[in-house]
Amino acid sequence: MASAMVNVTASVLDWVSLAFDAPTKAVVFGVPIDGHLVVEVLLVVVILFQLTRKSYKPPKKPLTEKEIDELCDEWVPEPLTPQITEDMTDEAPTLESAAGPHAIVNGKEVLNFASANYLGLIGNEKITDSCVGALEKYGVGSCGPRGFYGTIDVHLDCEQKIAKFLGTPDSILYSYGISTIFSVIPAFCKKGDIIVADEGVHWAVQNGLYLSRSTVAYFKHNDMKSLENKLEEVTRRSKHPEKIRRYIVVESIYQNSGQIAPLDEIVRLKEKYRFRIILDESHSFGVLGNSGRGLAEQCGVPIEKIDIITAGMGNALATDGGFCTGSVRVVDHQRLSSAGYVFSASLPPYLASAAIAAVDHLEENPSILANLRANIATLFNELSDVPGLVVASHLLSPLVFLKLKKSTGSDKADMHLLQSIAKRVLEEDSVLIVATKRSSLDKCPLPIGLRFFVSASHSESDLLKAATSLKRVAALVLS
Amino acid sequence: MVRLPYLTALTTLLSYGILFVFGQLRDLFRKFLDSSKSNDLQGYAPICLGLEDFYTRRLYLRIQDCFGRPISSAPDAWFDVVERYSNDNNKTLQRTEKTSKCLNLGAYNYLGFAAADEYCTPRVIQTLKEYSVSTCSVRVDGGTTKLHNELEELVARFVGKPAAILFGMGYVTNSAIIPALVSKGSLIISDSLNHNSIVNGARGSGATVRVFQHNSPSHLEDLLREQIAHGQPRTHRPWKKIVVIIEGIYSMEGELCNLPEIIAVCKKYKVYTYLDEAHSIGAVGKTGKGVCELLGVDPTDIDIMMGTFTKSFGSCGGYIAASKEIIQHLKQTCPAHLYATSMSPPAVQQVISALQVILGEDGTNRGAKKLAQIRENSNFFRSELQKMGFEVLGDNDSPVMPIMLYNPAKIPAFSRECLNQNVAVVTVAFPATPLLLARARICISAAHTREDLIKGLEVISKVGDLVGIKYFPVEPLKPQKVIELKKIE
Repeated sequence: MASAMVNVTASVLDWVSLAFDAPTKAVVFGVPIDGHLVVEVLLVVVILFQLTRKSYKPPKKPLTEKEIDELCDEWVPEPLTPQITEDMTDEAPTLESAAGPHAIVNGKEVLNFASANYLGLIGNEKITDSCVGALEKYGVGSCGPRGFYGTIDVHLDCEQKIAKFLGTPDSILYSYGISTIFSVIPAFCKKGDIIVADEGVHWAVQNGLYLSRSTVAYFKHNDMKSLENKLEEVTRRSKHPEKIRRYIVVESIYQNSGQIAPLDEIVRLKEKYRFRIILDESHSFGVLGNSGRGLAEQCGVPIEKIDIITAGMGNALATDGGFCTGSVRVVDHQRLSSAGYVFSASLPPYLASAAIAAVDHLEENPSILANLRANIATLFNELSDVPGLVVASHLLSPLVFLKLKKSTGSDKADMHLLQSIAKRVLEEDSVLIVATKRSSLDKCPLPIGLRFFVSASHSESDLLKAATSLKRVAALVLS
Repeated sequence: MVRLPYLTALTTLLSYGILFVFGQLRDLFRKFLDSSKSNDLQGYAPICLGLEDFYTRRLYLRIQDCFGRPISSAPDAWFDVVERYSNDNNKTLQRTEKTSKCLNLGAYNYLGFAAADEYCTPRVIQTLKEYSVSTCSVRVDGGTTKLHNELEELVARFVGKPAAILFGMGYVTNSAIIPALVSKGSLIISDSLNHNSIVNGARGSGATVRVFQHNSPSHLEDLLREQIAHGQPRTHRPWKKIVVIIEGIYSMEGELCNLPEIIAVCKKYKVYTYLDEAHSIGAVGKTGKGVCELLGVDPTDIDIMMGTFTKSFGSCGGYIAASKEIIQHLKQTCPAHLYATSMSPPAVQQVISALQVILGEDGTNRGAKKLAQIRENSNFFRSELQKMGFEVLGDNDSPVMPIMLYNPAKIPAFSRECLNQNVAVVTVAFPATPLLLARARICISAAHTREDLIKGLEVISKVGDLVGIKYFPVEPLKPQKVIELKKIE
């Protein structure tokens, strides 16, 4: 056996060496076939053989049913909501009458500075009458979205009225104040677009920006230099500026600070860098400007230069819902692609008729704006020397915002302090003011504070009483 | 379940193909004509690029008059539809002063509270005079009135949960609650046919979202087992919490959800459940308490129950009912509670009065009569439509019944013909439904009388013959006659 093997091996080796040393045996196409060609052919064969074999992968072992069962049994979910702590059990004050300047809260009469009733239209006779007429004719709800028989003629009348009042071609009504802005932004801004927004915008705007999936850059609150730098940076970085849509999102009066945006500056920058403006005028519609037409009238900017204006009607117009206005293209686009318009029931008709009556009233009595302005000025002066608090809002803003001069360092402690001031002011002097509350989902970096909503129907004595009360309590609590 | 005949699918695709080709041709001509005109928006990207609004411009605008029809009276059983005309081939529509009285088969008025009601309206007007139109304030500041507190307790009692919280709009309820409950690191499993508000809320929360096949507890179980075993994507850490979101009645299918089995699966795997009863609260169940009552599920088994007041109660707004701890947590963190104007007091009073009527606390049995009426109406209408040969979706007892149309040309044909004969129907096409499955959706109300329904059936049958949508024709009656003759002998 062994000798046979040896013989075989020897003969193979002889044959191989013969192959190597053999002289040229053949000439193929003028190329002599030498011994080394055999080696090369063998090498190629070996390479091809290796390539056709499967590469080594560790074998996949999917989880067996028993293992999945065990994992499912072991898994312990977190509780749906965290434990309720002591300081989370504060109850809001309960109103027992209309939210006018004098309201009844928890059984006693108070001075109400917590309602954004800027023009004093709560309790207005004409508005109430038109609502009663609408209730008797249409009932309360509209029972359907705008596309499916939820469009009532009062909606169309209201849209035309608002468009005529502002001087724009058309407008569109939404059924709820905060759903306006967070439906408008995703309707226009898609993935890949660029948005430059103020860092102090309120939660609904932040939600709209998040849902739009565009690239968002924030600039410092109300700082035009920072805005210009951001616009410059963003324009330089983008590769095809004419194919990407670009927007600047600002509010006219910021809810979180009471500052007013300098619209003429912003329009200048927008034209320089070719951005479109989305302006949220919830707190300035019906307040700013000689006839209440908003920030554009106040700053002397023609209304066509602002591409999209949105506003909630729950403030100056003393009703509910919101609207958006702009060019015909802007408004038509929203009728099919704005989620809060297409997939939601329309505004109840009595609220739309209240809005029409409110705009009529404002057009006929522009003197209430003068009252409002006088009240704001009075309160602003009175509150300029409160111990421990400083006025942070603009002197024309009907939302007077006071923040702590020296913060305690933690948001929670600040909140506690401000809420105790508000509580004492309500209990001891019967003045209802509010401390701003922040949701845990809100990413606004601005400080919290106390808010006074000034109304045209507050009297001078009301304002003085509120100011003295706050000064007294602040001195006690913050000293 | 939709049974799509093969030939119908082919013809529908062909129709869409022809419309697409024509649309592209017109776009080409538009490009040539527009390149000569100057644009004062030079340097700005257009609001819609390329094919983004192709469907709107070329397909939807042709049939624009079937949607958004204005009305000039309350959306009761019969209402006045305003006539419109167009001078530029349906691109814009102008209102006229003329109206036509039509039978309302499209509005969400399940219990008939849409128009002025003898019990509710005087109380609503009283509240309007006392509390005025709006509080102009958020709930936590100065916007909570006695009525809001009363309604929250009443809703909680009605639904069968310890506590409830109100919001001014149903859409916002879903979009603002889901981010407050789940965040990054959690999993949301939602039904494939859920409403846009739930999709938006789930997207806005930052959690991972997975979809399970419509109404299929077995697929849900497979998905849950796989997800719990594998954990979060890439890191494989265990999920923080898992929430399953389902609806009571799916508005585009008219189907009830498979609640008992889905709840059983969820309890087995320790996941939380969220039930959206927008269309079913007040409309189904013996005393109007929704799908839980109809299908025999205990409300304590479901963690969060959501509903809206727009459909059955004739008002506006939404609510969430859950345990006291969850509601307390939501009152502290939910942005819609902290930043949105509170619900208008007359609307709150309308819901309180409607609930009192349904519960029988107003001293009459109108509520019970309404509930029996809507059940009877829905079952009668559905069985008659099926007998005529239409393809009707949905389960028994559900007041929503879609009739399949499929072909894009049949949508305006059905809608306009019905309007000519004074019946107002709702037709739904892409993108609210899949491309091939266009349908007409009928919503029955307790305010419809038997005569109204019979008139509606006549008109729909006539128009159905004209348009050709009786996909499952009736069998001939001959064999029955023979049997009857035999019996007499």
